[in-house]
Amino acid sequence: MTTYTAPPSVTTLVAVEDLRVGFGGTDVVRGVSLSVSPGECVAIVGESGSGKSVTARTLLGLAGPGASVRASSFRVCGRNALAFGPADWLRLRGRFAGLVLQDALVSLDPLRTVGAEIAEVLAVHDVVPRARRRDRVVELLEAVGMPDPAVRAGQYPHQLSGGLRQRALIASAIAADPELIIADEPTTALDVTVQAQILRLLAERKAAGTALLLISHDLAVVASIADRILVMKDGRVVEEGPARQVLTAPAHDYTKALLAAVPSAASRGTRLTTGAPLARPEPNPYGRVLAGTGLTRSYGSRRVVADVSFGLHEGETLGIVGESGSGKTTLARLVLGLIEPDAGQVTLYGRPWSSLRERERRPLRPRIQLVSQNPLDSFDPRHTVGRLVAEPLRLPRAERRERVLDLLARVGLPPQTAARHPRELSGGQRQRVAIARALGPRPDVLVCDEPVSALDVSIQAQVLDLLADIQAEYGTAMLFISHDLGVVHHLADRVLVMKNGEVVEEGDVRAVFTRPVHPYTRALVDAVPRLAPAS
Amino acid sequence: MSTLTRPRRSARPARPGLPRGLLAPAAFLVLLALAVAAPGLFTDADPLAADPLNALAPPSSDHWFGSDHLGRDMLARVVHGARHSISIGVAATALAVTSGVLLGLAAGLSPKWLDEALARSFDVLSTLPELLLALLVVAVIGPGTGNVILAIAVAQIPNYARVVRAQTFVVRRSGYVEQAVTFGRSRLAITAGHVLPNVLGPIPVLATIGLGQAVISSSGLSFLGMGPQPPAAEWGAMLSQARDYLRVAWWEAFFPGAAITLTVVCLTVVGRRLQRRFEGRTP
Amino acid sequence: MIKRLGTGLAVLWAAATAAYLALLLAPGDTVDVLIGDGPDTPEIRAKIIAEWGLDRPEIVQYLSYLWRLLHGDLGRSYQLQRGVGEILASQIGPTVQLTLAAATVGVVLAGVIAVVTAGRGPLSRAVASTAELVSVSVPPFLIGIVLLSVFSFTLGWFPVSGAEGPRALVLPALALGLPIAGVLGQVLRGGLERALEQPFAVTARSRGLTERALVVRHALRHALIPAVTLAGWFTGTLLGGAVITEILFGRPGLGQVTMQAVTGRDMPVVMAVVLLSAVVYVTISTLLDLAYRVIDPRIRG
Repeated sequence: MTTYTAPPSVTTLVAVEDLRVGFGGTDVVRGVSLSVSPGECVAIVGESGSGKSVTARTLLGLAGPGASVRASSFRVCGRNALAFGPADWLRLRGRFAGLVLQDALVSLDPLRTVGAEIAEVLAVHDVVPRARRRDRVVELLEAVGMPDPAVRAGQYPHQLSGGLRQRALIASAIAADPELIIADEPTTALDVTVQAQILRLLAERKAAGTALLLISHDLAVVASIADRILVMKDGRVVEEGPARQVLTAPAHDYTKALLAAVPSAASRGTRLTTGAPLARPEPNPYGRVLAGTGLTRSYGSRRVVADVSFGLHEGETLGIVGESGSGKTTLARLVLGLIEPDAGQVTLYGRPWSSLRERERRPLRPRIQLVSQNPLDSFDPRHTVGRLVAEPLRLPRAERRERVLDLLARVGLPPQTAARHPRELSGGQRQRVAIARALGPRPDVLVCDEPVSALDVSIQAQVLDLLADIQAEYGTAMLFISHDLGVVHHLADRVLVMKNGEVVEEGDVRAVFTRPVHPYTRALVDAVPRLAPAS
Repeated sequence: MSTLTRPRRSARPARPGLPRGLLAPAAFLVLLALAVAAPGLFTDADPLAADPLNALAPPSSDHWFGSDHLGRDMLARVVHGARHSISIGVAATALAVTSGVLLGLAAGLSPKWLDEALARSFDVLSTLPELLLALLVVAVIGPGTGNVILAIAVAQIPNYARVVRAQTFVVRRSGYVEQAVTFGRSRLAITAGHVLPNVLGPIPVLATIGLGQAVISSSGLSFLGMGPQPPAAEWGAMLSQARDYLRVAWWEAFFPGAAITLTVVCLTVVGRRLQRRFEGRTP
Repeated sequence: MIKRLGTGLAVLWAAATAAYLALLLAPGDTVDVLIGDGPDTPEIRAKIIAEWGLDRPEIVQYLSYLWRLLHGDLGRSYQLQRGVGEILASQIGPTVQLTLAAATVGVVLAGVIAVVTAGRGPLSRAVASTAELVSVSVPPFLIGIVLLSVFSFTLGWFPVSGAEGPRALVLPALALGLPIAGVLGQVLRGGLERALEQPFAVTARSRGLTERALVVRHALRHALIPAVTLAGWFTGTLLGGAVITEILFGRPGLGQVTMQAVTGRDMPVVMAVVLLSAVVYVTISTLLDLAYRVIDPRIRG
C-alpha cells in the first residue's frame, strides 16, 4: 500500500464536472460542477433536498451504500477519483480531507472519549509514533481553542458543552493536517454566540492554509468566510460566483428569493415571500391581554425562570429571545398554565390565570393557544388532519366540518388535506395545520414556541407571512419565542432578552437590537452573522 | 436541518389490505382456526381409537401422517391436538394480556409510590423463568389444562405490564396530550381519547407474537407431562411419547413438531409484519 | 449502586415470600402438602410440625422460615429423607456444566453471526433473519429431538443420553444454546446495523477507517447495549430450558431433581429450586447491569 503523497503542485484540490449521484434509479445530484483550490473557502448553499450534503460527501467517496456516482471528470488530489478503489479512498480520508458534521453529540462516538476519537485519526494514518499520540491530541485540542485540553481529552462528548464538543470534532478532522476541510452544517446545532466562535475557528484554519468546503442552508453563516458561493436547488447549481457578487447582486431568481426570504430588520413590514408591504396592526397600549409578574420556577436546585415580569397588549407581538438554557420555553409553559410557578403569577385581562385551579381555568383555556416547534409531536399519531383541527372546537358536528375546511383554507391548505395524515405532509404544511388548529377556538393570545426553527428558509418565510396575516386579520396578540434574532426583529413589536432565567433587557425591538444596552444583548447582536460579504 | 446521505423515503399513504408475503402465514392460521373449531372438516378418524395391530405404520393413503405406537391415526391426532395446544395458548395469552394491561395502566396512571411498588412486583414475577414458575404452580395445584393456562399466564403478565407501563409514561408526557390540555379538555376526555388508544395500540401486535411464545411454553409443559393428561392428543405430549420411537417411526415426532413450528412461525411472522407496518402510527 | 443492590435483595425477599405463600396456598393441610407422596407416619408429622413451627402463630412461622433461609437451611425433603441443601449440592454440577456450555454456544454463535452479517447485502440479511426466526419459533425440546435423531440415532456421532465425558455435552449444549443464539444474534445484528447508520459512523469512515475496524472498534460496543438489557430473559431461558434439556437427554442434574419433586409434590425441594433460580437470576442481572454502566458512560452521569 503506497503511502499518501501530497498533490504535486496542483492548482485545484478537488475538481468535478457534471457530477451525478443517484440512489435506486433517481438522481439526487444532477450535474454539479465545482472545484476547490488550496486555501480558498467554497460554500454550497441550499435548502433540504437540494443535494448539497450528498455532493459534499461524494467528494470523499462517502455518498452512501447503493449510490451510483457518475461524472465527466472527477479529480481529487490530482488523481482520477472515478477509478478509485476502496483502498484509495481510505488513504485520502482524514489525510487529504477531513469531515466535520453537524452536532458533535451524535457525530462523535458517544461511548468513547474525545481524546480517543482524535487519537484514532493519528493511529489510522500513522501521523506520529504511538508514544507521542497523547501529547499530539492535547496539542490539537489547544489549537482549536479548547480550555483545559489535557482534562477534556479524557471526557466524553456528553460531558462537554455544544461549542466545546464541536471544537473537539474539528480537532479530529484536522488531526492528520489535511489540505481540505469539508464542513456540513457545522454550526447548525449551536447557539448563535457559540456559532460565531466556531466560524472564527474555521476562518483561522483557512488563514493557516487549509481549504474549506462549507455546506449550509444559511447564507449569512457562509457570508463571513466564503470566497465563492454555489447555490443549489433540486440537485443542480443555479448560481455560482464570488461571494460578494452572489450576495449583493444575485443573478438567478432562486437566489434572489432566498436572500429576500431571510427575515431581518430590513424586511420589517413587508411580506418575506413577495416583498410587498404588510399591514401591521397597531398594538393597543391600553389593552393589556396578558401580564406576568415576578414569575419564578425551579427544577430541584436549578432556577430555570427567575423573577420574570412582562406585559402583552392587544394586537402586539412580544418576542422572547435567548439561547439554550435561558428559560424561554419554561416561561411559555408557565404562561400556558401547563406548569405552576413557584412564585409570581400570570393574569389574563387583569384577572387571575396561573393561580386558578385547573377546573376553573379550563373554560378559559381557549383564549390562549400554542403553536410549538415540532408539529408532528403535537399531533396524536392516529388522527387525520381534519380530526386534529376539529379537536379544540366546541361545535355541533355539521358546523364543525365546515369550520375545519374554513380554517384549512385560511392557512392556505386545500380541503382534501382534511382526510390526510400529517405523516404524509411536508414540514411547512404540518405547521400550517398546527396554526389552523390553534386558530379554531379564536384565541386572544397565540404562544408560538420556535414555530419556524425547523423549517427551510423559503418555507419559514411563508409561515411567517401567514402568522403576520392572521395577526392583521384577527388582532391576535402573539408571544413569539425564538433563538433567531432576525425573525424576532422582523416580526415583533417589543422584545424580552433572557439569559439564565432572567430578563436582562426589554423594550422596543428596534431599539434593543440596534442600540443594545446590556452586554449580553450586545454580544448576542454582534454574534448574528451578517448577510454581507467579509470585505 | 437534515443532512442525509440519501433521500428520505417520504411516508407512504397506508396501503389497504394485507402486505404481500403475509398471505401464506395468514392462510395457515386460518386453517389452524378451522382445525380448532371444526376438526371434523379435516378428518373422520377418531384420535383416540387405538389399533395396536397397525401400530407404527408409515404414512400412506390409509394414514396420511402414519400411525403412532398405539395404532392411532396421526393425522387425526395432530388435527384434534390443535384444539388443545392452541386453546391453551390463546387462553393463557388472553388472561395475561388482560391482567398485564390493567396492571400496567394502574402503574402508569398512579402516583409514584404505587407505580414503584407495582414495577417491583413485575420484576419479581419475571425473576422466575416461565418454566419454573409453571412447575411451581403445578407442584402446588397439580397438573392439568387449567393449571398450565394459569401458569403460563402468570409468567407472561410482566411482559405486557411493562410495555403498557412504559408506554403510558411516554404518552402522558407527549406533545399531543399537552396540546389537549391547552384546548381545555377534561382529564377524562384526554385519558379516554388520547392516552388509552395510544397506549393500547401496540398490544394486539404484541399479543400475536406473545401467543406464539405461549404455544411454545404450553407444548414444553405438556412435553414434561404437566398439561392435558394422556390419552388426550396434545402436540407437546405427543412429542414426549414419540421420543421412545424416534429410531423406528420418525413420523410420530415429525408431524406434531412441524405443527408447533409452523404455528409459531406464522404467528411470529404475522406479528412482526404488522409491527413494522404500524410503526409510524404508534407513538 | 446501593439502590441496585437493595432492589436485588428486595426481589429475593419477595421471591422467598412468594414461594412461602405458594406453600400456604396449596390446597389441603400444610402438613399433608409437605409430606407430599412420601411416607406418612405420626412421628414424621410431629417432626414436620416442629421443624416448620406449624403450631406457632403464622407470623412466627414466616419469620423463622426467613431466618432459616438466611442461614442456608433449606429444610428437609421428606420423600427423599435428605437435607434439601445436600440434594441440590450433589446434583448441581452437571447442570452448571450444561448452562455454561450453552451460554458460551449462544453468545459466541450470536456474536460471530452478527459481526459477519451486519451491514452486508440483503441476501445475507434475509438468510440470517430466517435462521433467527426459526430458532425462536421451534420449541427447544424439538431442536433437541431433531439433533438427537440426526446426530445420535442416524449418524451416531454423539451419545443419546447420560453425562459421560465431553461428547455427551455437545448436543444438549447446542439444543439449549441455539434458541439463545437466535434472539441474541438478532438483537446484536440490529444494534450493529443501527450503529453503522449513525452520524458518528460517517465521521469514523471519513477518518479512513475500514468497515471492519468500524464494526469492531465502534459499532460493537453500541450493539452490546440492547443485548445487555436482555440479561434477564437470557438467564431465565437458560435456567428453564436446562430443565427440559436435561430431561430430554437423560442427563442427571437439577432438572431431574425438579421434575421428580414436582411430580412427587415434594414442596421443600421445589421451593428451594425456585429460590436458587431467583438467586442466580438476581446475581446475573445485577452483574450485567453493572456491565451496562461500564459500556455506556452516559449513564454514569
